[in-house]
Amino acid sequence: MAHMPDLVFKELNAKGTAFRALFVILAGLFLIGLGAAYYMEHSGHWVTGMTNQVVWGMPHVFAVFLIVAASGALNVASISSVFGKSIYKPIAPLSALLALALLAGGLAVLVLDLGRPDRLIVAMSHFNFKSIFAANIILYTGFFGIVLVYLWFMMDRRLKYKSSGPGTFAFIWRLVLTTGTGSIFGFLVAREAYSSAVMAPLFIAMSLAFGTAIFILVLLTVCAIDKRPLGRELTERLRVLLAVFVAATAYLALLQHVTAAYWAGRVEVVAFILLNGGVYTFLFWGVQMGLGTIFPLALTLVPRLRSHATLAFASVLVVLGGLAQTYVIIIGGQAWPLTLFPGYEVESSFYDGIVQAYAPSLPEILLGIGGFALALLIVAFGMAILRFLPVTLADADIDPHAKKRLMESEEAVEAA
Amino acid sequence: MRLLAAFLLVLTLGVAAAPSLAGPPEVPKAKGEKCLAEPADMRRNHMSMLLHRRDATMHQGVRASANGLKACLDCHAVSNAEGQPVGIDNDKHFCRVCHDYAAVQVDCFDCHNSRPEAKKASSEPVADVMPPEATESQPAVQPEGAK
Amino acid sequence: MSENSLSPTRRGLLKAAAGSAALLAPGVFLLAAPAPSKARPDDTATDSSVRWGLLIDTNRCDQECTACVEACKEEMGLIGKGRPATDAQYIRKVELAEPRTGFTRSLPMMCQHCSNPPCADVCPTGASFKRADGIVLVDRHICIGCRYCMMACPYKARSFAHEKLEDQAANNPRGKGCVEACTLCAHRVDAGIVPACVEACHAKGRGAMLFGDLQNPEHAITQVVAQYPTSQIRADLKTDPGVRYHGI
Repeated sequence: MAHMPDLVFKELNAKGTAFRALFVILAGLFLIGLGAAYYMEHSGHWVTGMTNQVVWGMPHVFAVFLIVAASGALNVASISSVFGKSIYKPIAPLSALLALALLAGGLAVLVLDLGRPDRLIVAMSHFNFKSIFAANIILYTGFFGIVLVYLWFMMDRRLKYKSSGPGTFAFIWRLVLTTGTGSIFGFLVAREAYSSAVMAPLFIAMSLAFGTAIFILVLLTVCAIDKRPLGRELTERLRVLLAVFVAATAYLALLQHVTAAYWAGRVEVVAFILLNGGVYTFLFWGVQMGLGTIFPLALTLVPRLRSHATLAFASVLVVLGGLAQTYVIIIGGQAWPLTLFPGYEVESSFYDGIVQAYAPSLPEILLGIGGFALALLIVAFGMAILRFLPVTLADADIDPHAKKRLMESEEAVEAA
Repeated sequence: MRLLAAFLLVLTLGVAAAPSLAGPPEVPKAKGEKCLAEPADMRRNHMSMLLHRRDATMHQGVRASANGLKACLDCHAVSNAEGQPVGIDNDKHFCRVCHDYAAVQVDCFDCHNSRPEAKKASSEPVADVMPPEATESQPAVQPEGAK
Repeated sequence: MSENSLSPTRRGLLKAAAGSAALLAPGVFLLAAPAPSKARPDDTATDSSVRWGLLIDTNRCDQECTACVEACKEEMGLIGKGRPATDAQYIRKVELAEPRTGFTRSLPMMCQHCSNPPCADVCPTGASFKRADGIVLVDRHICIGCRYCMMACPYKARSFAHEKLEDQAANNPRGKGCVEACTLCAHRVDAGIVPACVEACHAKGRGAMLFGDLQNPEHAITQVVAQYPTSQIRADLKTDPGVRYHGI
């Protein structure tokens, strides 16, 4: 076999109409999100759907989704550097860029929803090391630094062959990071819907599914608007990865509820989410499990349906399902009242003992979408100024054996 | 470049529009004999004094009320024509007079009241706070439904 | 209904409280007990030789009575904006009903001033903290308004300032974007005065609340807790609240 020529990495053509249109739309959404944040901060949180009962709302759904997806988006790079699958190498830098961008978008939403976002400096200078939240601040900042170094190793010709070290470190860090994010909920001992060690692995599985889905969408979009060939060899692998991660997420989500249901004290909250929780039950079964799990699994696993279009569609569904799942976890978990007096029915002026109402307000949703837009803006900007992606990802260009294998497998299918 | 020029223009306009160019502020007179320290010291260090006190009061319960923010307000508050102390929304407020001039934002009053505390009608001794023997004076058994 | 059927326990509890108070000058009931609980000089720090606490006798707490709640609002300057879902409540009356028997109880709920406060554990900046004397507070100078403490509090004791506030009580500075809760009237306690709710409960209610130092054998609260069964809410969480309840 002839020696394969080095792949040529190139910036995106920032002068293309599609790119420009996308950039303007994203910038617009980001600015709207900023405006929404300003409005909420200026008026105070009473203009949102959040209350003293449901203290974390839509911004947290988006922020947690994005932060979780960020660590998952790095997975493609990890597969190449940590697990030595060289076929992923050409798309590894994009995966790291996306990870950074998603984390930035998620953190922006989280920070802009603080009661005192002007005191961000306080959060960076006063640490209570017992707080898992403070640990997360360190994990997030560390993630930026580590992934940047990793990215530099991957993109510098002289350091390229050494990138497995930083890659492995980034991989371990991201696992700890998602453990930390899951533990924000897992450590809430008083809340029946949370307080469980399964939250950490659940969040890791979620991160892999959401991050891979967003990565697939970004890759397909970039290749489409910048007219870069994208072979089946890569997308087939991503498809299988997505299916595995989606299945793992669903498995752990069910495990979360089964574990809780075994405990007499938690039967009610499980029943609330799974059976009689109204919007939460609908979101769990209809969107998270139906649209976000079963449907994409079918789209990715049924051979007849394989195409870039179905892969894109499946990824969109995984993102929607993921948002629904995050909503059910965060809002649904708070909607369920705290049990202060087991065995008693309680009533008070402070909404004790009843299912809490929450209706997301428009500014909250706009802020969340603004976070998405910021993440994608960073990706677009990064790709426009630096060489993150090869000009071609056609099978023959990224894997010399691909063509041969593909032909063989097609023959095999025909023979069967 | 154009952006920078526009930015500078806005900045200059902003400064020009501020009243601070009118000269040093007239510091309102305070009540009381003398402050905690000499005026020069107070001017330079009041913020560190407040910050130090703030943490001691908050975390250790060291009230030392003679040199707290409330004491500042008691002596320095400026009254309006009706004799009522003005709040931080008024540019005559003693904090604002200087802070506006120095263009330093003061955010104490996001939470703290910017007016001195209205004195309670009577300051009762500690002992009177607890009702005399509430538990004894009340009949041990009340008739059903009696209110 | 059964609310007034006085049990020997209740009678005993009150007697114990009254008995210990009788040792003191009239009216000097709890805080102003002999030497150890004089108001601390105002230039000294609190220390762990005291552990402030409350004892609530739910047998005495009247369902109709909200004297403690009103007194708290007055003392802390909690002026509601007519938005019950977002207005702050430091103390609230909770009505309990046992579904099978119809047994009812009414009691005030507020920050339980835990010795292992989950709010302080989760606070990223250390704004939620426990003072040496056991009072749990929010340092609103460094609170960033993340509300994680509200997620973590087992007692739903905290509120978030959802809107701009004006004319705050001088003793309770509070502002938009920070979390707040019962301070056990730290400003009064530091001056040697009982919390506003306790004062009101004795003046207007039926004297169901006792305040004092849970470590001081001379304080009525300590004597009552030593002699009668009291319970901690969510004792399973081992937060070790400074607020004890009798009668539930």
